[in-house]
Amino acid sequence: SQQIQEDLNKQLFDNLVSFLRQSHSEFQEKTTAWTCRMKSREIPTAALLLGVNVTDHDLTFRSISEVLQNNVTPYIALLEAKDCPGIKNLMQKLMGQLMNCYIDVDSLEDEDYVQVSQTRIRCSMTSLISWYESVTKKTDSETPRKKRTSSSRHWQSPPVVVVFKDMESFTTKVLQDFIVISSQHIHKLPLVLIFGIATSPMIIHSLLPHSVSSLLCIELFQSLSSKEHLSTIIDKLLLTAQFPFKLGEKVLQVLINIFLYHDFSVQNFIKGFQLCIMEHFYSQPLSVLCCQLVDMKKRVNSLSHNQCENIRRLPSFRRYVENQASEKQIALLTTDSYVKEVTQKLLEDLHVYHENYVLVLRCLHVFTSSLPKYPMGKQIRELHCACLENQVWETEEYESSLQLARMLNKSDLVTMLQRCVEILVSSSGKEFDNTVEKLKEFLTQFQKLEAEAVQEQDGSLSSEKELQKKTDLYHLQKTLLELKESRRSKKLTKFEMLRFEVVAYIDSLVRNYLVPADHKTLHEIVYFNTASILREHLNAAPRIALHTALNNPYWYLKNQALKSDGGSICNKVPDICIVYKLHLECGRLINLVDWLEAFATVVMAAEGPNAAAASSDQVDDIIHARFIRAVSELELLGFIKPSKQKTDHVARLTWGGC
Amino acid sequence: MPSLEHPAYPAATLLQLESLVPCRESQVSTLLSIFGERQQFSFPSIFIYGHTSSGKTYVMKTLLTTLQLPHVFVNCVEYFTSRLLLEEILIQLQSCSSETEQASHVPCDNFNDFVRLFKQAVASQELQDQTLYIVLDRAEQLREMEANILPAFLRLQELTGRNVTVVLLSEIVWELFRPSTGCFEPFTLYFPDYSIAGHLQKILSQNHPPEYSADFYAAYINILLGVFYMVCRDLKELQHLAVLNFSKYCEPVVSGEASERDTRKLWKNIEPHLKKAMQTVYLREISTSQWERLQREDGEPGQLKGLSAHTHVELPYYSKFLLIAAYLASYNPVRTDKRFFLKHHGKIRKTNFMKKHEKTSNHLLGPKPFPLDRLLAILYSIVDNRVAPTANIFSQITSLVTLQLLTMVGHNDQLDGPRYKCTVSLDFIRAIAR
Repeated sequence: SQQIQEDLNKQLFDNLVSFLRQSHSEFQEKTTAWTCRMKSREIPTAALLLGVNVTDHDLTFRSISEVLQNNVTPYIALLEAKDCPGIKNLMQKLMGQLMNCYIDVDSLEDEDYVQVSQTRIRCSMTSLISWYESVTKKTDSETPRKKRTSSSRHWQSPPVVVVFKDMESFTTKVLQDFIVISSQHIHKLPLVLIFGIATSPMIIHSLLPHSVSSLLCIELFQSLSSKEHLSTIIDKLLLTAQFPFKLGEKVLQVLINIFLYHDFSVQNFIKGFQLCIMEHFYSQPLSVLCCQLVDMKKRVNSLSHNQCENIRRLPSFRRYVENQASEKQIALLTTDSYVKEVTQKLLEDLHVYHENYVLVLRCLHVFTSSLPKYPMGKQIRELHCACLENQVWETEEYESSLQLARMLNKSDLVTMLQRCVEILVSSSGKEFDNTVEKLKEFLTQFQKLEAEAVQEQDGSLSSEKELQKKTDLYHLQKTLLELKESRRSKKLTKFEMLRFEVVAYIDSLVRNYLVPADHKTLHEIVYFNTASILREHLNAAPRIALHTALNNPYWYLKNQALKSDGGSICNKVPDICIVYKLHLECGRLINLVDWLEAFATVVMAAEGPNAAAASSDQVDDIIHARFIRAVSELELLGFIKPSKQKTDHVARLTWGGC
Repeated sequence: MPSLEHPAYPAATLLQLESLVPCRESQVSTLLSIFGERQQFSFPSIFIYGHTSSGKTYVMKTLLTTLQLPHVFVNCVEYFTSRLLLEEILIQLQSCSSETEQASHVPCDNFNDFVRLFKQAVASQELQDQTLYIVLDRAEQLREMEANILPAFLRLQELTGRNVTVVLLSEIVWELFRPSTGCFEPFTLYFPDYSIAGHLQKILSQNHPPEYSADFYAAYINILLGVFYMVCRDLKELQHLAVLNFSKYCEPVVSGEASERDTRKLWKNIEPHLKKAMQTVYLREISTSQWERLQREDGEPGQLKGLSAHTHVELPYYSKFLLIAAYLASYNPVRTDKRFFLKHHGKIRKTNFMKKHEKTSNHLLGPKPFPLDRLLAILYSIVDNRVAPTANIFSQITSLVTLQLLTMVGHNDQLDGPRYKCTVSLDFIRAIAR
């Protein structure tokens, strides 16, 4: 599983970098243009629109700086708002990062520079400029001497890139000052700013007054929205047969819901996915079999007797056994070797099923995504969920989308068919050769139709004859056609008939290949389907957890004595629980004396009436102390606070008792 | 036209100076008469103020450099602490007199040290017989440094006993500077705006590109001012616009369609472009390079949208609702909550008029702070299905705060039930709610 996770991370990085590269090619062009126009006082600035998923930004910036470091300039500083409360801190941070990154580039002069940084440099722009001059001069003189890869990749005077990670959180003054300062030195120090903006670029205008923003030359770059990012990731991770691990419908739904409803964070989605992987491999003993096809055979052969028993216990396997002939059933239930053989075969089937599933799903998506109103959803992930959930052809949406598909016009249909063919051809499997053939045939027929459309004007009679001939050509669908023709009183044009055929064919493909996964034998091995665990882990509900802990301690402590029937307050539970329950019954302000009395009554109830009588008025010191401790614990948890309105009262803070 | 005359300086330099600073002759002559001759002591401190881009810095710089007066020019924004500022002055001082002796870095922590080191620096050089000028640009920053800095600079001449004049440049009036303890009053000089169209015309047409004649450029500036004068009198912005649109203006001349004299034709050509540019005065929505690309392609402005075009913000589902709930909580009074969000509320007794009045006043008053519990309560009532108060929801509130869509008010005690304020506008909420 470790290896799969690494795989996954790598893929994510690849994804990110690829979508960043697009913006950066432009960016580089811009910087080259800028070196020649250094005379004007504007600072080139890239405003990077990143969307609201703040958690993802870190990764984005890291890969930006990596890309920049490799291609543009070694001098990059990443600044965060929390490090820079004042202009002084900002300059310090900036200089520190720049000088350090210089050291990184050529480690030869390490000693000189460490010394400089140790002797408390003056943090001002002038020292930065002198540093920059010395650095560029040195690289200039060095290049003829020894060929260095880094300096050949960078230009003669590489720009200094300053990245402001979270533009919104910077204080206005710091930014203004920094921009004013750096604009004065733009002649000597080729500075490029990058603003990371989460909301909208209007923030620049609201943060900076005109006198400052006129010093900037802002160009806007929009990164891919995180929704699109997610769909590419789903595409690459889930909709391939490459990764043996799959998500069940409910789990996927939970992950997508968290993404859409809560944070738009691809990072969190990936983390959730990783959690699923861990949970699956941890909880499912048979998950050893969830591996690449190459390793599978070996692993199946090394299964122990217990593991075989586990296989036999799987509900899907039992179903499979029940459908077999009786002697086979016995063999399956008794001999391990036979089970292994069958398991191997079944797993291979499953793999093939996945390959086919993905392809057909894509084809279906081509169709459904172009229908008006999107009855099956716009994104392929929605379609995927629908297919996982149950037999997709039984749903109403599927029916309506087929209806709509029957009304498509020709050009759309042709392009869709072409795209389907492309998808199917791109796969390596031989499974779909016939299908491709079939679809191609449809295409040629459409072309023929086009040619015939001219002839059709000659007369309806001739066309009718041709139609007769044409129908003779394919015997396969003849019966079907005739059936349909007879059903309809109105005569269909050839195009309409062909359209029906296409739709019917697609329908048959769907019925064949898009069987939901839990109808397949041994699906438990590769599918993770316990959504409740995931929800518990990812969608934490602190208030509810606290409430259950205090209200029903048995839930967490698992002590039989604490098992209460609800309603009444048991005196065996921890003190804090008693206090908590009592306070639930109170209003916004709680009288401490009343509370203490109630507490004492509950505690004393166990000791019997005689004990209660003994300490009639006076509350026992120990009970008093216990009460005070419990109350202060509640205060620590944030349920109550001392109030200033009445001295012997405390105020309730939660569920605002009114 | 008041020509500059001063016995101490050669007439040629003065003429050159006059050509370099148009429309500022009177101010320059005042300054010159204050400065007096090189060796004369002049007024200890001068305070120059005027609106932004009225040429304060430029005039001072050209004046001092053309007359070759010894000076130190420091921007107070750049040297943001007193230590940095003083050290910078000393460094510049050392370099402006004797380049040969590369000064070692001297730490200078307070003004006492500064005065001592200053005396040393001046004594060691041949500056003794000339007035030294220390120009502090953006002097309003001095008020934020230690309290003694500003008064000490004002009487630097007295403190050091050397021939030195401090010039403060600022955009705000002297009355706002005066410390409560009282100080030496500087000589104040006001630079008025270049408000008259003639001034702007003169200044803008001064730096014409070499390949075209001055008259041609002046005609162009005339057209430009005709269009923009009503909306924009800021010299910097006008300069920016002039540079931006000039290549377009020249196009017919370059292609040979019109001669330089054919003003009418040129006007016809440039007019639509200037109109287009008019919409984005001051905003700098698209960068210079983008603007040039746009003009080259001659495409529609719709293709390349400015910054303000990307106003739409994509938010997660619950964040939208949270923001809407926050907006409602900020702008509706608490007592109406029951009426708006409860299914079985009491009878609505309020008249229509009252309601309207209430609404406008609330929007004028700005957002009010509200406690977290109220926000959540409203959230639960506006979202259709059940929402669990999960950690995700809470973390979304904080992330909205970091995005500056909400702000936290009075964050002294976390347990105290944090209070928030919604800072987005009604338009934004409308866009989200759609």
